[in-house]
Amino acid sequence: MSLFNVFNVAGSAMSAQAQRLNTTASNLANADSATSATGQAYRAKQVVFEAVPMESGTGVKVREVVEDASPLKQVYDPKNPLADDKGYVSMPNVNVVDEMVNMLSASRSYQTNVETMNAAKTMLLKTLTLGQ
Amino acid sequence: MIGKLDDYLRFNETALSLRSQRQELLASNIANADTPNFKARDIDFSSALQGALARATNSAPLATTSGAHYPNAKAAADGKTLGDGATPVLYRTVTQGAVDGNTVDMDTERTQFADNALRYEAGITMLNQQIRNMLTAIQGGQ
Repeated sequence: MSLFNVFNVAGSAMSAQAQRLNTTASNLANADSATSATGQAYRAKQVVFEAVPMESGTGVKVREVVEDASPLKQVYDPKNPLADDKGYVSMPNVNVVDEMVNMLSASRSYQTNVETMNAAKTMLLKTLTLGQ
Repeated sequence: MIGKLDDYLRFNETALSLRSQRQELLASNIANADTPNFKARDIDFSSALQGALARATNSAPLATTSGAHYPNAKAAADGKTLGDGATPVLYRTVTQGAVDGNTVDMDTERTQFADNALRYEAGITMLNQQIRNMLTAIQGGQ
């Protein structure tokens, strides 16, 4: 019954989008974290989506979480204890505008997949009324 | 008698089965709207229905002796056909290309998805009516 598989497909997309929303949340939360457990400034993280063939149909999963390789922001702040000998502090390379766009896109995609699942549910319920 | 009932319900049953499989394809497209290099896919419903009906009416299907014959389980596993191994799954024509190689157009997918769901429900209603007609006939209108 392929309609039941719609639940698997939409469910995989929902968890992938939720993970994307999660990375966006940590990027935004750490937009000003000048240091971390490694002693380096926080680097923005991004998810990479991958299509996975399922029983029938194609689901989606997060293949990996990559760190943004772009250079860290250099902020002149000689009073900061983390400042180097020239007075610059390395700040995270989080682009807040990019992250906001990512957040909106992820939440809309999530909503669409919830509706996909709801439509499949309605169809299955309608099928149950056959012969009544 | 049972064969007659099968014949009577065959058209709507085949159509519903294809509709549910198409719904899943469209759900896959929507699920992969943000996946790089994913290509949106769909079936040509009217030719798929004609093919499925022809296969369903054919009471003695040809025996297959090789994986290259139809119905083809390997083609279904590769995603080239639907689960029946014979209905070809096609790629959508790109209207606006994306930089990441994804060809899912959300507007097309959503309208097709709603359209397909509605037609599925219409199919259920018609099947119900057929069953009701048959019951009336069996009970002699009592």
